[in-house]
Amino acid sequence: MVNLNSNVPEGPLAEKWTKYKAGQKLVNPKNKTKLDVIVVGTGLAGASAAASLGEMGFNVQSFCYQDSPRRAHSIAAQGGINAAKNYQNDGDSIYRLFFDTIKGGDYRSREGNVYRLAEVSNNIIDQCVAQGVPFAREYGGYLDNRSFGGAQVSRTFYARGQTGQQLLLGAYGALMRQVKLGKVKINARVEMHDLVIVDGKARGIITRDMVSGKIESHFAHAVVLATGGYGNTFFLSTMAMGANVSAAWQSHKRGALFANPSFVQIHPTCIPVHGDYQSKLTLMSESLRNDGRIWVPKNKEDAEKIRSGSLKPKDLKEEDRDYYLERRYPAFGNLVPRDVASRAAKERCDEGHGVGTGLAVFLDFKDAIAKMGKKTIEDKYGNLFQMYEKITDDNPYETPMMIYPAIHYSMGGLWVDYGLMTTIPGLFAIGEANFSDHGANRLGASALMQGLADGYFVLPYTIQNYLADDISTPRMSTDLPEFKAASKNVEDKMSRLINVKGSKTVDSFHKRLGHIMWNYVGMAREKKGLEKAIVEIQELRKEFWKDVKVPGLLNDLNTELEKAARVADFLELGELMARDALQREESCGGHFREEFKTPEGEALRNDKDFTFVAAWEHKGEGKKAELHKEVLNFEFVELKQRNYK
Amino acid sequence: MDLKLKIWRQKNQNTKGKFVTYPVSNISKDSSFLEMMDVLNESLIAKDEEPIAFDHDCREGICGCCSLYINGRPHGPDEKITVCQLHMRKFKDGETVVIEPWRARPFPVIKDLIVDRTAFDKIITEGGYISVNTGNAADASVIPISKEDADLSFDAAACIGCGACVAACKNASAMLFVSAKISQFALLPQGRIEAKQRVDSMISKMDELGFGSCTNTGACEAECPKGITLTNIARLNREFIKAKVG
Ligand SMILES: Cc1cc2nc3c(=O)[nH]c(=O)nc-3n(C[C@H](O)[C@H](O)[C@H](O)COP(=O)(O)OP(=O)(O)OC[C@H]3O[C@@H](n4cnc5c(N)ncnc54)[C@H](O)[C@@H]3O)c2cc1C
Ligand code: SF4
Ligand code: FES
Repeated sequence: MVNLNSNVPEGPLAEKWTKYKAGQKLVNPKNKTKLDVIVVGTGLAGASAAASLGEMGFNVQSFCYQDSPRRAHSIAAQGGINAAKNYQNDGDSIYRLFFDTIKGGDYRSREGNVYRLAEVSNNIIDQCVAQGVPFAREYGGYLDNRSFGGAQVSRTFYARGQTGQQLLLGAYGALMRQVKLGKVKINARVEMHDLVIVDGKARGIITRDMVSGKIESHFAHAVVLATGGYGNTFFLSTMAMGANVSAAWQSHKRGALFANPSFVQIHPTCIPVHGDYQSKLTLMSESLRNDGRIWVPKNKEDAEKIRSGSLKPKDLKEEDRDYYLERRYPAFGNLVPRDVASRAAKERCDEGHGVGTGLAVFLDFKDAIAKMGKKTIEDKYGNLFQMYEKITDDNPYETPMMIYPAIHYSMGGLWVDYGLMTTIPGLFAIGEANFSDHGANRLGASALMQGLADGYFVLPYTIQNYLADDISTPRMSTDLPEFKAASKNVEDKMSRLINVKGSKTVDSFHKRLGHIMWNYVGMAREKKGLEKAIVEIQELRKEFWKDVKVPGLLNDLNTELEKAARVADFLELGELMARDALQREESCGGHFREEFKTPEGEALRNDKDFTFVAAWEHKGEGKKAELHKEVLNFEFVELKQRNYK
Repeated sequence: MDLKLKIWRQKNQNTKGKFVTYPVSNISKDSSFLEMMDVLNESLIAKDEEPIAFDHDCREGICGCCSLYINGRPHGPDEKITVCQLHMRKFKDGETVVIEPWRARPFPVIKDLIVDRTAFDKIITEGGYISVNTGNAADASVIPISKEDADLSFDAAACIGCGACVAACKNASAMLFVSAKISQFALLPQGRIEAKQRVDSMISKMDELGFGSCTNTGACEAECPKGITLTNIARLNREFIKAKVG
C-alpha cells in the first residue's frame, strides 16, 4: 500500500516547524558515530547536507559525477537567493515570502513545507555570511538586495552574477572542512546507478567508478539523494551536460514515487537556439529583468526587416515597439513570473513578431544605461554582458540582447513528506531532486534558498527522527544478497548497453527525444500532442535498445557509456512526463494545456479536480505507472486565479 | 570552416600518449570549441573509433571542468574565458589547431585530455574555509563590510579552480589559485581569525603535492579565465610573512 501522508504537523502555520523540532526524536552524540549516511550529490543541497551531518557526528560518504564536489551545477546559478530579511524595509516578512511562493507556484504546493522554507531563509543568509560568502554590499557596508519575478519587494541577495558559485563554494568549504576532520569521505567521478533496499529500507547504493569502470556497493543506514533536476530530458536546456535523472529514476523503479514529473520550468531569458550542433542553452539571469525592458516590433513588417538585417533594432522608433509585458501586466511589468513571461514571448513569436531566427525577443538596456550610466549597469551585470557577447558576438551595451525561453528547472521530482523522506523508508531527497516546495512554478532565486534550507536546516533534523530508531542496527556487509543482486543489475545494464553495437550515437537519440519533448511536452501542451509523444517516445526507446552504438570498454573511462545510461533513463522519464501532463486537465504554472485557458489566454486552473500532487508508482518494466494523489489542503491561503495585471 | 586538429591521445595514466591528426570540415564559426569537439566525436563514433575524452560540464564558464591547452595556451586564444566559452570565430579557416591536456606533474593525465585535479581539493581541505558550524552564525547585518573590501574579496573568490594557472606556469606553481582563496578571506573580518593557520597549512600542502614555487613570471595571470590578479599573490606573501613573524 502506498502511503502518501505528508506528515505536516498540525497547528498554526508559524508553529509547525518549531513544534516538529520540539517533538522529534534525536540521536545522541555517541550513537551518531555508529551511523553512516550516504549523500549523493554535492550541489547546494548535497554539500550543505553532507557538511552539516558530518558536523553533527554522522559518518558521511559523499558522491558526485564531476571530478570535484565544487563543480556541481549549483555553481552556475547566477541571479540570487531569496530571504525574508526585510533589510530594505519594504514590507517583506516570512509570511509574504511564503505567500508569494505559494501563489507563484500556482497553488500546487504544500503550505506547511513552503512556510518552513520562508522561515529558515533568514538563517541561510546568516550562515553564508559567516562562511565568508562575499555578497554584494552597499556603500554603507550593508547587504544589498535586488528584485526577482513574482515579487513586489527586494529580497534577493546576490554576489554579482555568480551567486550560485559563491554559495556553493561556501558549502564546499564547509564540506572540505569535514573531510579534514575525518567525518566526510568524498567519492568524486563516481556515479550512482541503483539503490539497495534491505527489509524494506534504503541501505545503500551501487555505483560505477567513472575512471576504472568498476561497479561498487556502498552501505549506509540512510541514503540522501541531492542529485539535481531532470531538465536534460529535453536535450537542450540550461543544465550542465552531465546533469541526469538516473539516481532518482532508479530509486523510483525501486519503489519511490515520482511527483509531478510534468512540472518543468521554462525560463524566459535564455540565449536563443542558433544551430543543430548546439549542445546546450545559456541562461541570461532573470535579474536582468530588473533593468532590461522586453519588446518586439509592433508591426510584423518591421519584425521581418529586423530578421533580414535591413533594419537595426536600435533604429526602430519608440512608438513602433511593443513592450508586451508592460502592456499586458502593468502591475508587475517585466517582472512577471517566469511561466507568464515565457508564454508571452512564445505568443508574440508565434504571431510573427519574433526577431533573430524568428524565435527571439529583445531585452533592451538602452533606457537603463541612459538613466543609471554604463558603469552602474556594468557593475550589476558585467559578467552576464560579457558572456552574452562571447557567445553571440553582439555587444549588449549597444544593441539589445535577444532572448527566448528554454528549459531550466524541474519542479517535479521524488515525492517526499514533510521530513523530506521518500516513500522508501530511509531514502531522502533534497534540493531540486525532490518535488516539495515550488508547486507548478518556481519563483526566481528560490531554488538556491530551497537547496540550502533542505541541506543546512531541515534534513539534518528530520533525518534524525528516522535514524533514532536505527541506532542498534549494525553496519551491514555488502555481500548480502540484496547488494549482490542490485550490483548485478547494474553490471547487466552496462553490458547490455555496450553490446547493442547498433548504428546510431547516443546523442542522436537524445536529440530526437529532446525534439519530441519540446514540441509536445514543452511550453504549450494539448491532448493529441501528448498522446503522440507517448507513442513516439516508446518507439524511440525500442529503437535505442536495438540500435544504439556505444564504443569503448566497460572497464575504462567511457564517456559514451555514461551518456548512454543517462539517456536510457531519460527515455523512460520522458514518457511519464507526458502521461502526467495528459492526466492534468488544467493549466497551472509551467504546465499549460491549450484546452484550458481564459479568453485572454491566461492559464486556467481547475481547483475542484486538480488540487493534488500527482505521485506516480512504477509498476514494472513495460507496465503503465499508477497515479496516486496527495490532496493539497489549503488552510491558510485562499485559492485565487493568479493575477499579475 | 575546415580545420586540421592535432590532438593528444593517451589510453590511461600508465601508457604513453601521442598526437593524432584529425581533419574536420563544415564547422560553423558560431559554434563553440567544445561543440566542434562534439562534431568530431560523433564522426569518430560513426567510424567505430573511440571518441576523445575531455572534461566539461556547465559549458558556461563557471564550473571549471573544461581544461584544454590549445595552440600553446590554456583555454585557447581568447582572453579571460574558459575553453567552453571559446567560439570558432576566433580561428581561421584551414588552420591547424593543437589540443593538449594540462601539463603539470601534480595533474596527471587520466585519459586523452582529462587530467586529475584532486590536488586542488586537497589544498582547500587544509583551510580554504572559515570554521563555522551550521546554525552558529549571528545575524548577517552585524558586521558591516565596506563595499570596496567586499568587492575585492569577490574578485578573488571568483576563481573557478580550473588549473589553467598551473598549466600556464613553467614551474607548475599553484600560487594564483591558493592566493585567490587566501585573499578572499584575508579581506573579510570573518576570515581574519584563522588567517595565520590558513596560509601556513595551505602553502605547505601545496609544496607537499609537488607544485613548483612562484618566480613571478605572471603567466598565470595572463591565462586566468576569471581575471584573478597577481596582487592576490602579493597579498598571500604578506599574509605568509605575518604568519611567520607573529
Ligand atoms: C544556469 C542556471 C541558473 C540558475 N540561477 C538560479 C538563481 O539565480 N537562483 C536560484 O535560486 N536558482 C537558480 N537556478 C536553479 C538552481 O541553481 C538549482 O535548482 C540548484 O542549484 C540545484 O541544486 P541541487 O543541490 O539540488 O543540485 P545540483 O547543484 O544540480 O547538484 C547535483 C549533484 O548531484 C550529483 N549527481 C547527479 N547525478 C548523480 C549520480 N547519478 N551519481 C552521483 N552523483 C550525481 C552531481 O554530481 C552534483 O554534485 C539556476 C539554474 C541554472 C541551471
Ligand atoms: S586562479 Fe584562475 S586559472 Fe587558476 S584555477 Fe583559479 S580561475 Fe583557474
Ligand atoms: S565546462 Fe564548465 S567552465 Fe567550461
